[in-house]
Amino acid sequence: MDFAFIVTQIISGLTMATLLFLVASGLTLIFGVGNVFNFAHGSFYMIGAYLGYQVVGVWELNFWLALVVAAVGAGLFGMLIEFLLLRRIYGRANEGGFQILLTYCLILIIDDGVKLLWGAEYKSIPRPDGFSGAVVMGDIFIPAYNLLIIGIGFVVVIASWWILNRTRPGKIARATAVDREMLGALGVNVPLTMTVVFGVATALGGMTGALAAPLRTITPGAGIEVIIDSLIVVVMGGMGNFWGAWLASMLLGEVNAFAVAFVPKWASLFSFLVMVVVLIFKPEGLFAPRKVRKV
Amino acid sequence: MKTIQNYKTALLWTVLILSFGLVPLLMTSSYQLNVASYILIWSLFAISFNMLWGVTGMLSFGQALYFGIGGYAVGLTIHYLGSNWYFPALAMGIVIAVVVSFLLGLLVIRVGGVYFTMLTLAFGQLAWQLMFKLYEFTGGDDGIQGFILPGILSNKTTYYYFVLILVLLSIWFLKRVAYSPFGMMLRCVRQNPDRVRFLGRRVRRNQLRVYIISSVFATLAGALMVGVDNSAHTDMFFWTTSGEVILMSVLGGISQFFGPLIGAICIILIEDIVGAYTEYWSLIIGTIILLMVIVFPKGIVGEVMEKMPKFRSSEKENI
Repeated sequence: MDFAFIVTQIISGLTMATLLFLVASGLTLIFGVGNVFNFAHGSFYMIGAYLGYQVVGVWELNFWLALVVAAVGAGLFGMLIEFLLLRRIYGRANEGGFQILLTYCLILIIDDGVKLLWGAEYKSIPRPDGFSGAVVMGDIFIPAYNLLIIGIGFVVVIASWWILNRTRPGKIARATAVDREMLGALGVNVPLTMTVVFGVATALGGMTGALAAPLRTITPGAGIEVIIDSLIVVVMGGMGNFWGAWLASMLLGEVNAFAVAFVPKWASLFSFLVMVVVLIFKPEGLFAPRKVRKV
Repeated sequence: MKTIQNYKTALLWTVLILSFGLVPLLMTSSYQLNVASYILIWSLFAISFNMLWGVTGMLSFGQALYFGIGGYAVGLTIHYLGSNWYFPALAMGIVIAVVVSFLLGLLVIRVGGVYFTMLTLAFGQLAWQLMFKLYEFTGGDDGIQGFILPGILSNKTTYYYFVLILVLLSIWFLKRVAYSPFGMMLRCVRQNPDRVRFLGRRVRRNQLRVYIISSVFATLAGALMVGVDNSAHTDMFFWTTSGEVILMSVLGGISQFFGPLIGAICIILIEDIVGAYTEYWSLIIGTIILLMVIVFPKGIVGEVMEKMPKFRSSEKENI
């Protein structure tokens, strides 16, 4: 239990937290702005991972191109899904349940579609050139690729904050979350906004899939593993809450990294444990504003 | 009106009992008998699930947890203690389900709507992972294979009738619950929770009660299922099991008591027929349900009832 060990674990936790946050932030964005629960969000992550494999593993092209292809591909597919399917059930009675059901069907379809296109066996891609080694500082040993992920995550957090708070499209997105009808009356194309937000969130998911692909294996079941972790994050952070999701991802990533180091067999149960503790003391999420009691 | 309604209800039960009761006489292969048992057990599972969603409006994505508890309670007891412990094991499974659903219910009912769905899913997956971690006790990925039920139940046909009787009794009981004053209260909870509070009734307590009831019958379904396969497997806990029961309910129609039963019959037959030609049956079922959700959200039974009013026995039939 020395200093180097702690730093290594913190970095590894931070890597996992960043990947988690990149997926969960898309989920929370769609929920916050459009009030849509996208159960299939993990499947867009998976599509991204497979597109990354297609570019790097099959076409043997550049890894950076793979990131772009994954983001654009998943984003376009997401917009298509929103435009063709989700839009038809907005405003229906018991909408939440039907959203979950519709996106659940998408999981089934996408999982099988991926199997049809790429086969059921495990896939993996190598780390990009220049990031396959490690950064060594004294006796601290950090994989360079982990630093890259943390760096990209940092850029995305800052950029999202800036877009949401300082630009006109960001303001429109936030206004959609508050009052859709009023925004429509002011001449904003609300359905288009929803489609674009959905596209941005799924593009983020797709890019994360390609980004995580060198670290994890790519399987047709990857979507559901990711969605369960990110929904734990989103529930803990408070649904639709950007910074809550960030804090929850960091917490989960670090708890997991240290759990893996000390009790490897039971590590995967720790995320649930953290979630249960949060739910007992703050059921509406870490960062949620105090709920006004309904009369 | 009362007599007509009674006549139609009696007809429905007669058709149910006769059609399932005659299956062993008409079918020769044991495989077909297995399919009939699957249909019965999944019907019970789907109807118990629909008590939560269709009646009370709580979409649980974690009922596989209780299905698995039932299966593993029976499977593990017979594996470690011998098949004479079958009936105590059934009872034990149900007691465990009551305790787990009570404690878990206290936690997950605090958060409503989508959160409830996702938390039930998370806890279901937690149980699924536990089954792998405790492989010394549960057999992990291998599950529990090849145990034999006691006495006359080891005969497939006898066991089929045993399942038939238990399932029909349970469905009858759940129907009584759904149309009791308590069932009416559950419908109020779905439609207007605030008004339930105005009336001085407790929303969460009623939700917890129906959660426990639904979980107990899911457990019973799981316990009966392992007798058909003579094995218990971790897949019983997997989230796709919870998903399947939701698909059945939607296909049949969540606003009708017997909708999930029709849905279970359709989905199992589709799986059986399509599965013989291609391994991509979940692609096909996914597409069918996707279209149902968008075009026919009321489900098969709901749409038929709407188109042909003479099938409607009374307004009371609508959940």
